[in-house]
Parts: sequence; structure tokens; C-alpha cells
Amino acid sequence: MIHSLHAVYRRELLAYFQTPLAYVFLAVFAFCAPAFAFHVGRFFDTNRADLAPMFDYLPWLFVVLMPALAMRAWAEERDRGTLEFLMALPIPLWAATGGKFLAAWTVAGIALALTFPMWIAVNYLGAPDNAAIATGYLGAWLMAGSYLAVGQALSATTSNQVVAFVLGTGAAFLLTMAGLPFVLSALGENAPALLSEFVARLSALEHYDAFRYGVIGLSDLIYFTGLILVSLTIAGVLIAERRGGGR
Amino acid sequence: MLVADQLIKDFGSFRAVDGVSFTLERGEVLGFLGPNGAGKTTSMRMLAGGLEPDGGTASIAGYDCMTQRLEAQSRLGYLPEGAPAYPAMTPRGFVRFGLRARGFSGDALMRASGLALERAALGEMADQPIGTLSKGYKRRAALAAAIAHDPAVLILDEPTDGLDPNQKDGVRQLIRDMAPEKAIIISTHILDEVPAVCSRAIVIDKGRVLFDGTPHDLAAKGADATVESAFRALTQGAGGVGAAA
Repeated sequence: MIHSLHAVYRRELLAYFQTPLAYVFLAVFAFCAPAFAFHVGRFFDTNRADLAPMFDYLPWLFVVLMPALAMRAWAEERDRGTLEFLMALPIPLWAATGGKFLAAWTVAGIALALTFPMWIAVNYLGAPDNAAIATGYLGAWLMAGSYLAVGQALSATTSNQVVAFVLGTGAAFLLTMAGLPFVLSALGENAPALLSEFVARLSALEHYDAFRYGVIGLSDLIYFTGLILVSLTIAGVLIAERRGGGR
Repeated sequence: MLVADQLIKDFGSFRAVDGVSFTLERGEVLGFLGPNGAGKTTSMRMLAGGLEPDGGTASIAGYDCMTQRLEAQSRLGYLPEGAPAYPAMTPRGFVRFGLRARGFSGDALMRASGLALERAALGEMADQPIGTLSKGYKRRAALAAAIAHDPAVLILDEPTDGLDPNQKDGVRQLIRDMAPEKAIIISTHILDEVPAVCSRAIVIDKGRVLFDGTPHDLAAKGADATVESAFRALTQGAGGVGAAA
């Protein structure tokens, strides 16, 4: 069945590059990631040669850009009627959701790779902790993947790509926000400690931060892969539901 | 080769398909006829494994279309209603995607896609993005994808819709050529097509089978011995009965 996963992956990846989508996405990402780091993150003013200013702002870039990659996954198939074609192919649903996810994740990986000149630049300017930067990239890629998977699940709920995008951005925003101090302190005053703890653990930001300090923690790996697998399963269930014809 | 047994499908409180049963053997070309909204497309989607029946079963080559979906679908070629295809892909890319998903690779993939594009008469359009093609070529691209893996059963939902007279003739000839080796269902609104292509006809309306027999027997039911008059007599008559019941 791996051939059907590969067939879907190949088609989806080509689809990103057969339309302007991938090029626009990569151009915007390649421009915004350093721009945020230089201007908002005050890359030069910190007077330290590391990529922290960029990694600080990547999650917020992901909140907007990852749903833009994921929104077409199922909404477009439903809108164009090609879902009917796809559902008549003898492929298991996990191959369809997995192939779509891996293709989008590949594009996200290429986007991250485009920021490598900044990594070279900080090495030229000083002596950064390269191991921490490498794990930071891994964390960023995992975080991007989890937003893509959540976006794909939400894309399966609608035949309108704009609706899928807005839902995806909202979900990614909540996942990112959940761990911020002001959310937690607001909760801390009004909610049981157990709930605050739970919300904090739900936050993608907290798990991402661990990677940035050079730590690959098991719980953080489980968090991101779990979020990806659960979201893709939900996408598969929602699409399988469509065979029921609205029962 | 293909069995529909008491298929039922409800959409909310509306029963779209109400106990459709038939069997189809290799060598038969079945014309699936009925007015708009009669349940043709819904029945075909259930046979293709894209829609789960609320009652009854469907099977292809002995494999249940729901519980053994992958086995059933690997023996099926399906042209969905409206011939959907990915607009950014070329017909060649589209056909190859279907074949790859079915496990074709290497020489077998190249051979099968080349043959399918040739049989569907895509010509030079095989390498143009589907979004830029005319309706007729788009339909032929979807048809090529349906026949590429040489399936034992073909379900074609309005294969000649939107084609010009020459193209229609080409598709009919293609169906006749494939007929001895396969079990084929086509749905159509063009009743002239039935005696020209089909060895058997089923007329359905309001989700029920009203007639199942040869096109010759169907025509005999009409006032002036044409399929068209028979179709009108059956479906308009049924409308009256349905309203009374």
C-alpha cells in the first residue's frame, strides 16, 4: 500500500509547484522570516550571534502560513468534485491523508531551508551554539507539521478553502497562544491549577521552546507527533464519513 | 461480475435509491436510463464504493464494494458524473497518477498510460493542462483514467455528455471495442445511444427499477416502437403511480 501513499505524495507535491502556490509561499516565507528577525526581533541590537530573533517569530509566521498550505487539502477536492475520483481509487484513506500531509510538510521544510543563509551569517559574525540551532530547526519543522495536520483536518470539514484557512489560522493561533504568560495568569486567577497546567501542556510554544534550547525531549517529540497523528486520523474519519452521504 | 442487491440510499428523509437489484456479466453493456434525479448517479456511486448503501449490498467480481472496497475498486474503472479531474495536471499526468495509486510502475505504467491516452483519442492534448482543455477533451482525459488499468468492470456516468457528434461516435466505438472483455454500465440521457451501444437497458425512476431487458424489448413498450417513446411512457406513467401511492 506504500505505492498509493507515494502516488498521492508525488501528485500533491507536484500540485504545489504546478500552481503559483508553492512559489508564492516560499517567497513570502523567505522574505518574512529574516525581516521579522531583523526588524521586530532586533537581530543586530541584541549584539549576539544567534538565531533567537528568528526562532522567536517563526511560530507567528506559521500561524498564518501553514494554514495557507493546508487549506486546499480536502476543501479543493470537495469543491472540484475530484474527491469522487480519489474515493474510487483502491487506496486506503491513511495513504491519502498521509500523502497530502507529507507533501505539505516537504514544502514547509523547503521554506525552512531557505533561511539557512541566516545560519551561515551568524556563524560568520560570531560563534553561535550550532547544536541548539539545529534542534531549533527540528522543533520549528515539527511545529509546522502539527499546524499543517490540524489544518488538513479542518480542511476536511468544508468545501470552501477560505473557510478552511480561517479555521486553520484560528486553531493554530489558539495552539500557539495557550502557553503565553498572560493567558496562563488569567487562567491562574480564575481556574483550578490543574486546568492551567493542562492548557500550558497543550501549548505548542512550550514544546517548541525546549527544542530551541538544544534539548530533544521525549515528551516534546510525543506532543508534536501525537498532534500530527491525531489530526490526520480526524481528517481521515471526516472523509470516510462522506461515504455515508450525510447520514 | 457485478451484482447490485436491493440497494437503498436515503438522503435525510428522501429515498434516492429504493431497492435497486441487477446482475451484470462479462460482455454486457448496460444502459442505465432515467430522468434527472431518478437515482442513477447515486446507484453508480454505491457500486463504485464512493457511497455507502443504507440497505442492500453491491459487489464487483465477488468482492463487496464496502467491506472489501480495495479489492472491488482495483477491478473497477469509474468515470464520475461531470468527469472531475485536477485542472493543473495534464491528461498524461492524471492517468499516470491513477495508475501509480493502483501500483503500476516502470514499463507497465508507461505502456498502460500511452494506450489509454491513445484509446481515448487525446492526441496532442495529452500534455496540455486539463484546465485549459475543452469540455470534450476534459471528459476524454477522465475516461482515459477510468480505462487505463484495463478493469474488468467499467462504470461510466454520462461518458458522452458535452462531446461533439464525432467525439460521441468515437466514445461509442471505444465502448463497443471493450465490450467483449468487460462488464460495462453507462448512464445516458441520449436515448439514441442505447440501441447503438447497449446490449441491455435498465430504466429507473424515483429510485426504483421500472424496466430491465434488451433495448429491443424496451422499444417495443413505446407507442411508436422507439426507446424514446418507451422511456416517456414508463417514467411519466410511474410519476402518476408514485403520486397516487
